[in-house]
Amino acid sequence: MACVIFENVSKTYARQSRQFFWRFLLQMLTGREPLSVRALDNVSFSLRDGEGLAVVGPNGAGKSTLLALAAGLLQPDRGRVHVTGRVVALLELGSGFHPDLTGAENLRVNAALLGLTRRETNAIFDQVVEFAELRDFINEPLRTYSHGMILRLGFAIAVHAQPEILLIDEVMAVGDQRFQHKCLRKISELRQQGKILICVSQAPAELRPFCDYAIWLERGHVVQQGPAGEVLEAYQRYVMNDSPDAAKAGASAPGARLS
Amino acid sequence: MISVSVAMQRRNYGYLIWNLVIRDFKIRYRNMSLGIFWSLLNPLVLMLVLTFVFTRIFRPQGVENFHISVLSGLVVFSFFSLAWQSATVSIWANAALLKRVPMPRELLPVSTVLANALHFLIQIGLLLGLAIAAGYQPALRWFWLVYVLGMEIVFVCGLSLASSALDVYFRDVRYVVESANTVLFWLVPIFYSFTMIPERYRTLYQYNPIAAVVLACRTVIMENRVPPETLLVKLTAVSIGTLALGFMVFRRLKSRFADYL
Repeated sequence: MACVIFENVSKTYARQSRQFFWRFLLQMLTGREPLSVRALDNVSFSLRDGEGLAVVGPNGAGKSTLLALAAGLLQPDRGRVHVTGRVVALLELGSGFHPDLTGAENLRVNAALLGLTRRETNAIFDQVVEFAELRDFINEPLRTYSHGMILRLGFAIAVHAQPEILLIDEVMAVGDQRFQHKCLRKISELRQQGKILICVSQAPAELRPFCDYAIWLERGHVVQQGPAGEVLEAYQRYVMNDSPDAAKAGASAPGARLS
Repeated sequence: MISVSVAMQRRNYGYLIWNLVIRDFKIRYRNMSLGIFWSLLNPLVLMLVLTFVFTRIFRPQGVENFHISVLSGLVVFSFFSLAWQSATVSIWANAALLKRVPMPRELLPVSTVLANALHFLIQIGLLLGLAIAAGYQPALRWFWLVYVLGMEIVFVCGLSLASSALDVYFRDVRYVVESANTVLFWLVPIFYSFTMIPERYRTLYQYNPIAAVVLACRTVIMENRVPPETLLVKLTAVSIGTLALGFMVFRRLKSRFADYL
C-alpha cells in the first residue's frame, strides 16, 4: 500500500552568495549560523491510497520544495518524510531529454530514469507514442520538435510509467487545450485507480475534482489545510480580494489537520 | 529527528545504467555523417601517425617495437584521464536531471566512466590489431588484459565517485583533477619503460594502478607473460580499496547535493 506522510517537516536552504568553502570557513571562525532561507516550516500531512492533495500558494511559498521532499530529491532538516510506493515526479516535463536523440531514444532513457525495466518500457512504448500523438515524428531528433511536442512526450511517459504516487508541478499548461483535457482525463483515470496525487497549480478550479485535501502555503508556513473545497475557496477569496488581512486571518484560524 | 525513508521499489538499475551509457555514446557522434565510425577512426588516425613516428623517425636503440610500448601506455592513460575528468563534472553537468528525477546519484559518475570504457574497448581492439601487425602472436594470456583493464575501470570508478561528490561542494576539484592528470601523464611509464625507473621508485610505481596497468599490458602483449603476482595483488587491492572509499565519500556527501546544485 502506498502512502506519503510528512511529520513536522522543515526545510531550510543555505544562502549561496559565497562559495561553500568560504562560507564554511567564516562559520568556523565566527561561530555564527550561516544565512539561510526557510522554505518549509513545520508541515504535516498524511496521504494514503486513493487520496489527492492540492498545494496552493503564491510564488516562493514552498510548493516545489514540498514536492521535491516527497520525491526524495531533498532531505528535510527537521521532521520526517515517509514515502512508500513508486513515485513518478512530473516536476519539469522533459528533464533528461537530449535534443540530439530521437523521440524514441529519449522515451527509453526517460522511462529508465523513471525506474522502468526494458520489458516494461517495451510494453508501454506504443501507448506512449499514441498518447503523445507523435506517431509520425518519433524517430526524428528531439531538437526538431516544437515545445508542445516535447511536453506531450514528457507527460505521456510519466503517466504511463505506472505511478503509485504522482507528483505534478504546474504542468496544466501542457500543449493545446485539447491535449490539456486529455491530460486531465488521464489524471482522473489514475485517481480512480486509487493512485495518490499531489499537485501544485495556480488554477484551483481544475484541481478540485482530483483532490480531497488542500494545503495553502505562504512563505513556507501553512496558512490553512483541510478539505479541498474549503481551503481552495478560502485561497481563491484571498487571491481575488488581495487584502493583506486575509492571510493573517487564515493563519490564526484553527487549520484542520489532515487525517 | 532527521530521517527520510523513500522506498525504492527497484533494486535493479542495470537498464538505467545501460541507457545512460548508450545515451552518452550516441550523443558524442550524433549529427556526424560518419556517426559512430568516428569512435574507430579517431584513435586509428592517432595510432597510425604515432606508429609512423616511432618506427620511422624516433627509434630508441635496443628497444623493439617502441610504438606498441608507447601506444599501450597512451591507450591506458587516456582512458583513465578522460574518464576521470568527465566523471568528475558529471554531477554538475546533470544538475537539471538530479533536481527532478529521484534516482541513485552514484549512477551518474559510474555511467560516465562506463561510457568512456566503451571507447576504451575500441582502442584496445585497435592496439591488439597493431600488435599482431607488428608480429606478436595472439595468445590465451591476452585474456589477462580483461582482468587488468577491468581493475582499471574499478579504480577510475572509485576515484570518480569521490571527486564528483567533492566537486559539488568545491568546484575547484575539477582543476585539481586536471592538474593531477598532467602530472600523472609523466609519472606513468608511457614514453619510457619500466626498467628505466630507478630501483627505489619501482615499488612506489607499482602502487600507482595506472602504471601497474600499463606495465601489465606490456608484459602480456609484448613479453607474452602473465603479469607478476605481486603486481596483480597490489593492483587489485588498491582498485577495490579505492572503489570502497569512493562509495563511502559519495554516500556521506550526497544527501546535501540538491542544496548546492
